[in-house]
Amino acid sequence: MPDAAALRVRNLRKAYSDVVAVDGIDLEVHPAECFGLLGPNGAGKTTTIEICEGLTDADSGDVELLGLTWKRDAAELRQRLGIQLQETQLSDKLTVRETIRLFRSFFRRCAEVRDVIGRVQLEEKASSRVGSLSGGQKQRLALACALVGDPDFLFLDEPTTGLDPQARRQLWDLIDQFRASGRTILLTTHYMDEAERLCDRVAIMDHGKVIALGTPRELIASIGADHLLEISAAESAARLDSQVFIGIDSIRDVRIEDGVVRLMVTELHRAVPAVLDELSRRRIPLAELRTHSATLEDVFVTLTGRHLRDD
Amino acid sequence: MTERGLADHPLAQLTLVRFREFIREPEALFWVFLFPIILAAGLGIAFRNRPPEALRVVTPSAELARSLRTEKRLDVRLESESAAAQELRTGKAVLEATPAGAGVAYHYDDTNPDGRTARMLADAAVQQAAGRVNPVRSRDALVREPGSRYIDFLVPGLLGMNLMGSAIWGMGFAIVDARRKKLMKRLVATPMPRRYYLMSFGLSRMVLLVLEVLVVLGFGALAFGVPVRGSLVVLGALCVLGSLSFSAIGLLIASRARTIEAASGLMNAVMMPMWVVSGVFFSSQRFPDVVQPIIKALPLTAAIDALRINMLQGGGLAQIAPQTAVLGFWMVAGFSAALKMFRWK
Repeated sequence: MPDAAALRVRNLRKAYSDVVAVDGIDLEVHPAECFGLLGPNGAGKTTTIEICEGLTDADSGDVELLGLTWKRDAAELRQRLGIQLQETQLSDKLTVRETIRLFRSFFRRCAEVRDVIGRVQLEEKASSRVGSLSGGQKQRLALACALVGDPDFLFLDEPTTGLDPQARRQLWDLIDQFRASGRTILLTTHYMDEAERLCDRVAIMDHGKVIALGTPRELIASIGADHLLEISAAESAARLDSQVFIGIDSIRDVRIEDGVVRLMVTELHRAVPAVLDELSRRRIPLAELRTHSATLEDVFVTLTGRHLRDD
Repeated sequence: MTERGLADHPLAQLTLVRFREFIREPEALFWVFLFPIILAAGLGIAFRNRPPEALRVVTPSAELARSLRTEKRLDVRLESESAAAQELRTGKAVLEATPAGAGVAYHYDDTNPDGRTARMLADAAVQQAAGRVNPVRSRDALVREPGSRYIDFLVPGLLGMNLMGSAIWGMGFAIVDARRKKLMKRLVATPMPRRYYLMSFGLSRMVLLVLEVLVVLGFGALAFGVPVRGSLVVLGALCVLGSLSFSAIGLLIASRARTIEAASGLMNAVMMPMWVVSGVFFSSQRFPDVVQPIIKALPLTAAIDALRINMLQGGGLAQIAPQTAVLGFWMVAGFSAALKMFRWK
């Protein structure tokens, strides 16, 4: 199976009574790849991943996983997948060890409970009740339950949502280790830094459609500017309009939001002096100036005019 | 990949989880084991059989009082005429005896059984004191049989109520809670055979059932001498059948509900009427004849009636056949409907 896709999704559609959640999606995930579905809440990521996991039926379209289909090979697929769902609450009254042992009993091929606990660094908590774990520890336990069947394909739905930065980095390291063992991962996230950090390739989703697909580097390059320049003019904000920046080379795009001007810039060292000159010529005092390298967030903003996260 | 023993069979693991969740929930332990004991003890004490009380009789005549006092079952008081009349009016005394010429007059309320009893005892005492000789000698042989007291009636009722409560609550809450927490969805995402998930509830129920029955019957027997006259094997089988029928109903209630609130509303709606009409605390015969067929078709009525026939009357399988049929129907109908409707995701 080395040259076949680990996951192939064709023309997937799913509508609920009030909304079209998935609107004609095609995806191909290669073996040993970490593939990310990136998009804001409500983009259709969870519906897509749950259709792939065989938990939700699609209205139409095909899913082929590890060369198998849910219609014919559900029992075989269940044995070979590791799944972590969004917001599963494992039983608070069981200990970490008891929980992993329960999940382990369902799989033909399985890892030792002790090894799995070690892999997710919960050795000290092995005998603690699940109810006493922190958010990060619970999420690591959920990962352990997904790993205990020694899966060929791992599904992670929003693995680090709600975790503090340290717990997120810890979980990222664990996901990296799994990927290093040559297995395939499909994950969803609405954190652009998570997608950039973990994923070989990313599909950006919005309103049930894939609006961009590629490696994080390719996607960022696709907006044609490596840098972002943000300026604001406090009380003179009203005088800052896109007219001001016409004619400055190396500015690719201008957006104004709440008095903050976002300039997409190819060559920062030319753009910054030119912008400053233009502002002082027009006697517009500058309140703030910031620059950063372009991210997947900027790709999303460029494509949709909206941010990934509303908060 | 690794050696796995019987304990790592999915059914064993799922059943162990059921036990652990139950044992680590102090409230559940209280309701299943302690509550029926407290209830039985409280009611047993409240309705215990007291030694027969002497009936209070008043009279203004010293001579009548002397005659009446030969009867030990009367509490005779000599009072002034007005005080005697007052005691009778207020119900403190059940009978007033007054001289009426050469004879005696009895004042009492004939709708009050105590009044009628006092009248007979008093008259016999007065007549004998005046010289009446009874032609036939009689003596009393007292019988106070365990099995006919209120506590004997109550314990099978509480046992039935307990079988129903623990099965319906145990099944309903655990399943709806797992669905609400998306734990069920997570389990369905593994290769776990779904039948094992449901079977684990049945298995753990059967083990806990043994403890529950032993606790309730053991307490009844030790504290109040409540008898078990029928076959213990039949009694055991009856408890298993009852518990399975109630589990089927619990599963049916839990088969669709997504929230604990919805499930507990349904559970109360199902159980509350049965607590009232199925004869836990008083005989279901007290309800009108027209509704008796409906009451008899309820699983709790069937379970309690059968338990009473077994424990108190020593009835065998033939005597409890109708109740067994009712319980069997609920078990089969409940499980088949629940499995058809069950919401796994």
